[in-house]
Amino acid sequence: MAELTAKAGSIWDFANPARFMGIANAVLPGLAAVTVACLAIGLWMAFNAPEDYQQGSSVLIMFIHVPSAWLSMMAYTVMALAALGTLVWRHPLADVSLRAAAPIGAAFTFLALITGSLWGKPMWGTWWVWDARLTSVLVLFIIYLGIIALARAIEEPSVAARALAIVTLVGYVNIPIIKFSVDWWNTLHQPASVSRLGRPAMDAAFLYPLMVMALAYTLIFLTLHLMNMRNEILRRRLRSMRMLAAREAGGA
Amino acid sequence: MNALFVRELRLATRVGAGALTGVLFFLAVVTVVPFAVGPDLNLLARIGPAVLWVGALLASLLGLDRLFQQDREDGSLAILAMAGHPLALTVFVKCLAHWAATGLPLIAAAPVFGLFLNMEATAIAATVATLAVGTPAVTFIGAVGAAVTVTLARGGLIIAILVLPLVIPSLIFGVAASYGAVEDPAPFTQPFLMVAAITLFFAVLGPLSAAFVLRHAAE
Amino acid sequence: MQLVGERLAVDRGDRRIFDGVSFAVPAGSALVVTGPNGSGKSTLIKAIAGFLPPAAGSVRLDGMAGADDGWRLAEHCHYLAHDNALKGQLTVAENLSFWQRFLGPGLDIEAALEKVGLPGIGDIPAGYLSAGQKRRVAIARLLVTARPVWLVDEPTAALDAASGKRFADIVRKHLGSGGIVVAATHQDLGLKAARFLALDNAAGHHPSPHGGGAQAAAA
Repeated sequence: MAELTAKAGSIWDFANPARFMGIANAVLPGLAAVTVACLAIGLWMAFNAPEDYQQGSSVLIMFIHVPSAWLSMMAYTVMALAALGTLVWRHPLADVSLRAAAPIGAAFTFLALITGSLWGKPMWGTWWVWDARLTSVLVLFIIYLGIIALARAIEEPSVAARALAIVTLVGYVNIPIIKFSVDWWNTLHQPASVSRLGRPAMDAAFLYPLMVMALAYTLIFLTLHLMNMRNEILRRRLRSMRMLAAREAGGA
Repeated sequence: MNALFVRELRLATRVGAGALTGVLFFLAVVTVVPFAVGPDLNLLARIGPAVLWVGALLASLLGLDRLFQQDREDGSLAILAMAGHPLALTVFVKCLAHWAATGLPLIAAAPVFGLFLNMEATAIAATVATLAVGTPAVTFIGAVGAAVTVTLARGGLIIAILVLPLVIPSLIFGVAASYGAVEDPAPFTQPFLMVAAITLFFAVLGPLSAAFVLRHAAE
Repeated sequence: MQLVGERLAVDRGDRRIFDGVSFAVPAGSALVVTGPNGSGKSTLIKAIAGFLPPAAGSVRLDGMAGADDGWRLAEHCHYLAHDNALKGQLTVAENLSFWQRFLGPGLDIEAALEKVGLPGIGDIPAGYLSAGQKRRVAIARLLVTARPVWLVDEPTAALDAASGKRFADIVRKHLGSGGIVVAATHQDLGLKAARFLALDNAAGHHPSPHGGGAQAAAA
């Protein structure tokens, strides 16, 4: 979020999208460079991590899977904050931020689901189990897609902003409930044939690369989010320019 | 006619149209089933073809009410009816475009949902094949429903009620063929050909009857 | 070429809207249909366009090969009624080029937009336009496909005086090149050489075949 990179007290300067564009343009090249560097280091560390005695080289998937799962939740938190920004402070950039974060969050969630599936295949012998954790991530994915579908369905940005903010917040409040109920559902019905993913105490050899990867992923999110916000602002500018052009064309 | 197909696809993919919604609805239906029947993978694998068929069926009912309604509201339907082409052909092309925009994504998504349901590769392949051949029938039958409800403000639910009973044969043979591919004594080819026959039958009957109704609703 | 209506009668529900309406419009002339609200001006236009089957009588286009029944007649007509038949999600050029490819060739799209006083708006989505602009794009539709008979219903309702005048010029040009225009309107289109057909809403009114309520008076 742009607000996080700004000095406190100057937040309201960002209300001006032109100002935001200037700052985003200035920050993005550096941010992108740091992101790539961090990702390269993280990947190097991950590939040099020792093989797990149980999982073999498939443990490498963890370095993608776990940060993706974290980011899927962080992106939604950013969206929920942006939704508050829209509803409470009516900040013009809050809606832009929400819209821009949704596809990125959905992509991370998708990545988490895919990598989890690839990881699970050798361990569980099947691509998917209706385990409580997997299921609640799937539900989160559906919520993301629902928000994106809603954003696409309403063309007028100012009308869409409120609707999106409300849905995002209701979803945010509901996610812990879903998680809770799914946990409860699954402990009732979980058949014994499906082995659960064990929770080994993590060795430092895994932990450090994982931390670097998590940082890299956070930076990826920030970079993509800023870029997408910039695109969204440009898209709106294009829209209003076209409307202006329509108004000026040949009188009424 | 080419132009009509391109226009319909464009409209389906522009902002404000719900091409994504169908797949999303399909995903939601498939996801809800394990919550209802429990996460028993063997059971899910057994009912998988049925779940995919019901999900795809419900999802393809979603956008049917928009097939002609918007064209009628903005006056396009009248102009479409005044072209040199037979109206039934126009309806047929609209159906094809509608299916390409809403049905094909469902079929593309079905294998992934099959994995969710722990289905075997052969069962998934058979179900996808029957869906590809069977879902156009939903659109062609739906065209009749959409035509008779075109003047109603809230025709969506009525269309679903009108169309669902008529697509039951496709559902029966489609699911039967999918099971036939995995369970040995049951045949695959026979029910599969039945699904294809039903689709071809309604590809003719649907547009003809829809055009007959629309001609008088066009004004 | 001559557009001929003979003792036309049209029912809507149980009500006979008009009865015994006859007219003959030769190439190069306009028929202006006048009358109070509810007298059936729009209904007459729709009947000529083929949307409403006549209860009695017939409309035909003489001197045009294969233009006997109503539906063939429609292929030679343009219809411009209250709705503009534009898709807001598509650009103006996409809208017009679709109609051009669907209905048949005619004037170049950019040239047609220039004629209605909207040059250079081709790549703006039609949804962004004002009511008057949309109307003018709909008028451009009459130009991008060449058809001899124009059936227009209150064509200038959403237009300002300047645009109305421009439309009258377009109509005059169409008549000058041997076209036929049937216009239902309250407003004066400024057509000097027009025939007038006065409808009144006395149900069961029986004008004589060549005069009375269906006067075709050449100026």
